[in-house]
Amino acid sequence: MGMTIIEKIFARKAGLDSVSPGDTVVVDVDMTVLIDLQFATMWLPPNRIHDPDKLAVIMDHAVPAPTIKDATGGGHARKFVADFGIERFYDVGRHGICHQVIAENGLARPGQILACTDSHTCAAGAYNTAARGLGPAEVYSIMCTGTTWFQVAPTVRYELFGAKPDTVSGKDIFLHIANEFGDAANLNLEFGGPGLAGIPMHDRRTIATQGAEVSADFSTFEPDDVLTSFLEERGVTGYAATAPDSDATYQEVRHVDLAKLEPFVARPGTVSRNGLPVSQLDSQKIDQAFIGSCANGQLEDLEIAAEVLRGKTVAPGVRLLVTPASQAVYREAMRLGYLQDLADAGAVITNSTCGACFGYHMGVVGPGEVCITSSTRNFTGRMGSTEAEIFMASPATVAASAITGYITDPRNVTDPRNVTA
Amino acid sequence: MTISFSGKLWVFGDNLNTDAMYPAFAMKMDPPEAAKHVFYEVRPGWTDRVSAGDIVVAGKNFGLGSSRPVAALFTELGIAGLVAEEFNSLFFRNAVNAGLPAMTVPNATDVFREGDTGTFDLTAGTWRNDTTGDSGTVPRLPDLILDIVESGGVMPRLVAQGYLPAELGDILRSSTVAMRGAGSGA
Repeated sequence: MGMTIIEKIFARKAGLDSVSPGDTVVVDVDMTVLIDLQFATMWLPPNRIHDPDKLAVIMDHAVPAPTIKDATGGGHARKFVADFGIERFYDVGRHGICHQVIAENGLARPGQILACTDSHTCAAGAYNTAARGLGPAEVYSIMCTGTTWFQVAPTVRYELFGAKPDTVSGKDIFLHIANEFGDAANLNLEFGGPGLAGIPMHDRRTIATQGAEVSADFSTFEPDDVLTSFLEERGVTGYAATAPDSDATYQEVRHVDLAKLEPFVARPGTVSRNGLPVSQLDSQKIDQAFIGSCANGQLEDLEIAAEVLRGKTVAPGVRLLVTPASQAVYREAMRLGYLQDLADAGAVITNSTCGACFGYHMGVVGPGEVCITSSTRNFTGRMGSTEAEIFMASPATVAASAITGYITDPRNVTDPRNVTA
Repeated sequence: MTISFSGKLWVFGDNLNTDAMYPAFAMKMDPPEAAKHVFYEVRPGWTDRVSAGDIVVAGKNFGLGSSRPVAALFTELGIAGLVAEEFNSLFFRNAVNAGLPAMTVPNATDVFREGDTGTFDLTAGTWRNDTTGDSGTVPRLPDLILDIVESGGVMPRLVAQGYLPAELGDILRSSTVAMRGAGSGA
């Protein structure tokens, strides 16, 4: 019987001929990523670890340290990497949000398994990697043993076709899917089809990242020439790209016509069956606009935001925060002038961190405030007060909204004939 | 050995997310303090009323969201086990790895009412509402998973396997301490 992408990767990593939904498999993990938070709560140094070459430590959630607890954790992390000779250590200054650092440094390779202590680890599914977030105790265990177990979930296949309009990004595609099809708890998502070639890598990563928001286990893209070129540019070689079998069994195959999509927004609380096209949203004033996170703090996201905001001004009474996804993105966006354009328009550019996305530091929202965000998650209270409302949309929509002060279809501000929401 | 738990039930609804159980502001606190904020908005004051040995029952997609170790906070509060109509898989794994027994009962919020007493046997795959007399069976979890729960989670196993210092063995048999030792996630 044919297998889906995830089933094929599991079978190879478990040393089995085939696996099926319902099976429980023990697999070798190719790369394990620890983040700063892991070290900040009574860190216990291990006696030994499985393989320092299969481990990376990335400082991202709470950098530079906003609390003494986090500062103490940083010390634990630095001692740990020194004691165990871990070369892949991304300390403050060469850091970034882990999923961005994973991508930049080729830590996620096609056909392999990646584990990390952050729920958006499914981001690396864009690179045909079986990647998912796991709890800190489990990641600690994988660091020691090099293995873990999975219960194989059924897979839902998204067959993409048509060409997306230029004004539609990965965020819009995902928000449309989340609204149309809802939650995918205890299911894997697989993305492919003839429309895939027209979706650039940064948009694929946004979509894969947000698989966590519909509660999917794994969220994995088919390999293609676009991926191969992306990996070549980063010097990634020696992987086993994994396509699904032609007779793979899916729980469901869902077809998405990319040509029909338009800018989309999710209402506060959840992205699941809770969105609509921006053009259909009633007038909605905002207090804060945020562009950042592992989902949408990529260089291309900042480029889009800079294009929308160049020569324009953030509306009075609105705070626009921009958080590059990594120090490398920050430096490149500075070199290319994007940060200058954004700051000139009135944006606050922060250092790279998970910061505002998870309501920990650098831009939490207060009671009664409304935020439009291009980050990962819009749960009640996610970005600060439970009495704040978090709408979610693409970087272009967030940038356009920052200009007008209301949630705004970016097509209305990028077209010079239209100046208001 | 049999893995079972029995106690007073607190019944919640669908889609309880991790941020509602372990909010970002609580991540700045040590676990005993952070545990006082579980369900801080969903059910304010709940952590003052809950007692050691109680059980949390929830509806669909229990624990969606982040990898932050909510199970560790339930352990701090002395929760004996979790029951849900459907668990989010990341949350379920976190419970298993913390040694916190978790059982999927598809009609849980119909057969259990707040304040009822329930008994759940993971090894046999059976549940019983001791208040109403209702009972039923569920598919048994794979031995691999039951073994982790029986060990008290992954941290005591790592001591037994020599990955952590042996002198931590006694300490890590206290599941609250074990889960603190693994650190946090997001």
